[in-house]
Amino acid sequence: MNSIDMMLQEAANDPAGTAPSAREEIRTWFRAAPVAAFPENGGACIRYKNLQVAVFNFSRRKEWYACQNLCPHKKQMALSRGLIGSAGDEPKVACPFHKRTFSLRSGGCLNAAEESISVFPVKVHDGYVYIGFRD
Amino acid sequence: MKRIIVVGNGMVGYKFCERLCDRAAGVQVIVYGEEPRPAYDRVHLSRFFGGAGAPDLQMAPASWYEEHGIRLHTGELVTEIDRAGKTIRTHSGLTERYDYLVLATGSSAFVPAIEGVERGGVFVYRTIEDLIQIRDYAAKVSRGAVMGGGLLGLEAAKALVDLGLETHVIEFAPRLMPRQIDDAGSRILAERLSQMGIGIHTGKNTRRIAGNGTLEALEFADGSRLGIEMLVISAGIRPRDELAKESGLEVHPRGGIVVNENLKTSDENIFAIGEAVSHNNMVYGLVAPGYEMADIVAAQIAGTASKTFQGFDMSTKLKMLGVDVGSFGDAFGDTPGSQPIVFENRRNGIYKRINISADGKHLLGGILIGDASQYGLLHQMAVGKMKLPSAPESLIVGGGETVGIGEVPDDAQICSCENITKGEVVNQIREKGARTIDEIKKNTKACTGCGGCAPMVTDILKVSLEGLGIRVKKTLCEHFDYTRQELYDIIRVKGVKDYETLLDTHGKGDGCEVCKPAVASLLASIWNEVILSQATIQDTNDRFLANIQRGGTYSVVPRVAGGEITPEKLIALGRIAREYNLYTKITGGQRIDLFGARVDQLPEIWEALIAEGFESGHAYGKALRTIKSCVGSTWCRYGVQDSVSFAIFIEERYKGLRAPHKIKGAVSGCIRECAEAQSKDFGLIATEKGWNIYVCGNGGSRPQHAKLLVADVDTETCVRLIDRFLMFYIRTADPLTRTATWLNKMEGGVEYLYDVIVNDSLGIGGQLEAEMKERIANYECEWKKVVETPALRGQFRHFANDDGQDDTLSFVEMRGQKCPADWDKK
Ligand code: SRM
Ligand SMILES: Cc1cc2nc3c(=O)[nH]c(=O)nc-3n(C[C@H](O)[C@H](O)[C@H](O)COP(=O)(O)OP(=O)(O)OC[C@H]3O[C@@H](n4cnc5c(N)ncnc54)[C@H](O)[C@@H]3O)c2cc1C
Ligand code: SF4
Ligand code: FES
Repeated sequence: MNSIDMMLQEAANDPAGTAPSAREEIRTWFRAAPVAAFPENGGACIRYKNLQVAVFNFSRRKEWYACQNLCPHKKQMALSRGLIGSAGDEPKVACPFHKRTFSLRSGGCLNAAEESISVFPVKVHDGYVYIGFRD
Repeated sequence: MKRIIVVGNGMVGYKFCERLCDRAAGVQVIVYGEEPRPAYDRVHLSRFFGGAGAPDLQMAPASWYEEHGIRLHTGELVTEIDRAGKTIRTHSGLTERYDYLVLATGSSAFVPAIEGVERGGVFVYRTIEDLIQIRDYAAKVSRGAVMGGGLLGLEAAKALVDLGLETHVIEFAPRLMPRQIDDAGSRILAERLSQMGIGIHTGKNTRRIAGNGTLEALEFADGSRLGIEMLVISAGIRPRDELAKESGLEVHPRGGIVVNENLKTSDENIFAIGEAVSHNNMVYGLVAPGYEMADIVAAQIAGTASKTFQGFDMSTKLKMLGVDVGSFGDAFGDTPGSQPIVFENRRNGIYKRINISADGKHLLGGILIGDASQYGLLHQMAVGKMKLPSAPESLIVGGGETVGIGEVPDDAQICSCENITKGEVVNQIREKGARTIDEIKKNTKACTGCGGCAPMVTDILKVSLEGLGIRVKKTLCEHFDYTRQELYDIIRVKGVKDYETLLDTHGKGDGCEVCKPAVASLLASIWNEVILSQATIQDTNDRFLANIQRGGTYSVVPRVAGGEITPEKLIALGRIAREYNLYTKITGGQRIDLFGARVDQLPEIWEALIAEGFESGHAYGKALRTIKSCVGSTWCRYGVQDSVSFAIFIEERYKGLRAPHKIKGAVSGCIRECAEAQSKDFGLIATEKGWNIYVCGNGGSRPQHAKLLVADVDTETCVRLIDRFLMFYIRTADPLTRTATWLNKMEGGVEYLYDVIVNDSLGIGGQLEAEMKERIANYECEWKKVVETPALRGQFRHFANDDGQDDTLSFVEMRGQKCPADWDKK
């Protein structure tokens, strides 16, 4: 994929607007899995090196999000199995264990004093989902 | 940059950091705390026994300090202050220079010098470490006592009761809570506590803590003796002023670092706040005055000082004892000329006293025992010097005039921990558009301290919303302006089959973790179609058709109707469990739970189970769980009906039925009731003539006996009435409401329910039966469907890009089986 192609795709698939500064440092666009591997309006977990990443196909909003799979609360590998939704306009995921909710944009915890989670940019190209990492 | 060192990372030390960050930029804050963890909520320490882990009690996670540029050293005791050189030194030898020093060293539990206090089995109740020791020790003994019948002592006593110990309270004074309540109040309190099984011993002077190696007894000055195995001392607090004293700061002869109204110590550059302080000869053992002090010092350092510390109201309400106790303002009527009004009902254990000013215009203070529901309001009336109604007795006797939250003036303080007035809460609602308690909490921090103001804030919210013409109804969440019952009708009448359609036509936004599972449950209740066709709106248990466990594995519970199982099936269960290395346990529902399956193993395990004739047990769903049975007339010499056959019939009939919450039933073969049918959502007890139907019982945290609906009905009538009962519940209950709570909230109670179900007063009996018939006809084993459908089966994998398993799962061995590793120890 050439870089113009890539930028077009980013514009189309990243209305979530991950902070540009964070985006510029992206070095790796990891080809994760075909679009069909991610249920509509739900998530699935992918492995990148040793990292577990939760990827959400928020088809209702025509948006994609990715964040760490580990819930900071009780350190459970569970966020990909959480329900997604919105609080106002903020897209969020709820941990299945104790329902801590986290913004999929900023990673901040919305309903408790929990540590933030890391979020990663996502783009879709030729039916494949790519996650951006800085290494 | 100014360097501020805070000594002590307790509740008040933390609050100081928070307040300073709100106000000042360009200061460097460094905190030294002796305890091994960041500040936690000591006020709600007892929640630790209720299952709250240390992280749940944290005031803020360690990352909060980092994000705010605060350097936090935990596990460091400050041992020296060099005032001339403006540096401090810790026990491990760290030194650091300060411009301002803030002492927030709190207090420690006072331990009187009684012979034997050093024995093993003697504890205090102050830190998480204390509680861990108490919990571990309590597991080995059965009789405990608390020395001290004050506020904290009674809380500790409740904790011992909850730990399953026979519990005694020893108080030196002739009555309980001598500083907060009067004789009459304390008599009633003592009676209530005795009814809860707590032994009350007042006027006891402990001479010796006796024992031989371990603790054996308390010996009193009057020659009596009480045999116990552990003791928690709660005889008051001692301000931790040792560091201040050694550094030559002025301390009070009775303890406490002496401060002026600016919270300055005798050293210009050193402040002291919280429980460590003595102000005007007073030590404040409550969190609210400490927070006020933190705020004042933060303002001074930030250069925005406006107020000074003027003493603080010591009103208190006892949390979580199971008996309401409140004491506010001038509780004893010490103000000259004050006139008490007293209401006492010994039968119900209620005592209320209010003290009225000599001119009859104001409330000075009072005591509430047994029913402190008006605590918040009366406290406000006293503090805010509000005008009294013409017949002030109506305030506590009820019936007459009452004062509503509407009449409380805007400047009245509602949340004393965070110092928030009624006006600010109203403003949040009127101007800032807050519509829920959570929003108010988030924006103002009200209710986040001791939580005592939550009922008042709820009232203010309700009244203010009504004032804005907003009808207050129990809508599902921000995405649906309908109640569950309204959505039930919409889905049914309009034939809505999926969540997205409902959201598009009747909701807004993108849904959330509240409305998705609630609507999923409605769709399942109404259409009884396989729920995995809409997997991503299900709670995780429903999404993977299994209960998620600690560590992220799942459990497998096949249905064993009525608890009856053949040896072949038992062997099959054992074989499959062994093959997949699953932990096995007999559940409280007369069946077998297989724990520890990885998500990718679930379909294979179920395939094996289904091949042996098992079906889903719906242990994961808000659905019919089990019908417990006793062995009944087939074997039991007392049985009058065949309870096992009937239980199996009932369980087969309603299996898979989805409802607002789980439903459980039981069938007992005779009046001896070995199946515990009276604790179930519906229970059947055999009689000579047929069956007695009991409904709306509950186990769980608030057990409730089921109520008799009808007696001596024949089998066919029995089934028809249960059809109607269950369907009526499914149609009308709020989400996550068990039948017991549903009935408790029902106007007219069980008589009304009897009218609807048995007399068919609404004329819907036939309809309810028909709807039930539809559901039963639509039943399909969800697991069978998954096992047979490759697309559904494909959803059960951990990684979407890799066939591997989750390698973070870890197990330990216990009694020859595997168990998940502990939460935080991974
Ligand atoms: C396995 C079992 C404990 C056991 O080892 O015996 C169990 C395990 C759980 N119970 Fe239970 N309950 C079990 C019998 C009971 C019983 C006893 C009974 O059914 O006779 C009760 C009291 C009776 C009642 O429900 O009224 C019971 C009252 C609860 C409650 C409180 C419900 C209430 O109305 O207050 C909860 C919490 C809830 O549902 O919100 C709960 C919730 C749970 C959960 C689902 C908690 C959770 O979300 O993880 C546990 C799931 C474990 C798992 O994954 O399998 N469990 N639970 C029992 C399974 C029975 C079965 O075969 O299906
Ligand atoms: C079980 C229990 C229930 C309570 N219930 C209520 C209630 O319902 N309502 C209410 O208002 N209050 C209640 N309180 C009281 C309330 O918890 C205290 O008022 C409050 O915690 C005081 O805060 P603080 O920061 O002054 O002291 P603390 O919370 O005691 O914190 C002081 C900290 O400083 C540390 N420290 C001391 N010396 C040093 C040193 N030299 N170097 C480093 N660190 C040091 C200590 O280890 C401690 O961590 C309760 C207390 C307990 C124990
Ligand atoms: S099985 Fe039930 S009682 Fe036991 S810990 Fe789990 S929820 Fe609590
Ligand atoms: S583990 Fe995620 S909320 Fe508790």
